[in-house]
Amino acid sequence: MTAAVGVVVFPGSNCEHDVAEAVAHLGGEPRLVWHADRDLGPVDAVVLPGGFAHGDYLRPGAIARFSPVMSAVEEFARSGGPVVGICNGFQVLTEAHLLPGALQKNSGLTFLCQSCELIVASEESVLTEGVPCGTRLSIPINHFEGNYTCDERTLAELEATGRVVLRYAENPNGSVGAIAGVANDRGNVVGLMPHPERATLPASGSTDGAVLLSALLKSALGRARV
Amino acid sequence: MRFEALVEVRLRPGIADPQGATIERALPALGFDTISQVRAGKAFRLTVEAPDEMAARGQLDELCRRFLANPVIEDAVVSLEELP
Repeated sequence: MTAAVGVVVFPGSNCEHDVAEAVAHLGGEPRLVWHADRDLGPVDAVVLPGGFAHGDYLRPGAIARFSPVMSAVEEFARSGGPVVGICNGFQVLTEAHLLPGALQKNSGLTFLCQSCELIVASEESVLTEGVPCGTRLSIPINHFEGNYTCDERTLAELEATGRVVLRYAENPNGSVGAIAGVANDRGNVVGLMPHPERATLPASGSTDGAVLLSALLKSALGRARV
Repeated sequence: MRFEALVEVRLRPGIADPQGATIERALPALGFDTISQVRAGKAFRLTVEAPDEMAARGQLDELCRRFLANPVIEDAVVSLEELP
């Protein structure tokens, strides 16, 4: 059986084909879903890809969260479906309140485009299930607003309940707790700033992103199709 | 009634503001030795139609809460002026 992965395309998304290629390479079936659609179709997982949805106007993700497709994404997430937001997709998920916190400008005020060493901090998510804590992955980042922020109470809760999923080995952007990725309380919604789809095909230097996307495909197959 | 509104969206106290800090660091070189506590934010000017000022404020507060500000990191301050 093949996992069908809906990849949402907003006006200004620019990583949807990278995600689709990576998913197909790993044996999944990518399906691009336009942001104006109200229906996701028969999918087993949803990815919100990177880019600059709606030009990042106002704040990254602030306008995208009101795109018609987002009601379907919220419902899919509520039903336990795996939803992963990568980079701009992570920003959309925080704006949509599907994930806690917010992403601010990098503390150094520079756009960052570089390889990053990540450390898996929790296995309790659709993106890291079966990937042991402490696993180191080399995956690139490519963002200006990746500085993860939340209040102290939220941070304490995230830490105590294993919802910090990925951390930077060396904090590049000022994120609290060097957080690179977080999950919701059920672990089925995950947001991360690094781009696993850019470290999946052998030609891209590292294939460590395949570890995360393979875990996602496995999680997707593990649940009945919605 | 028509009102002109100025909505100021600013980072909440305690939220790091690298942009404001960078602007502030440039001030001594420009000779502004007496200016400090710089915080960067956003401002929106808009026009609202409402039966009265309270109703206009109600609409704007809702707009700020749902859209113009991200309550995780930002506050909004609204000032209103009735248009002739």
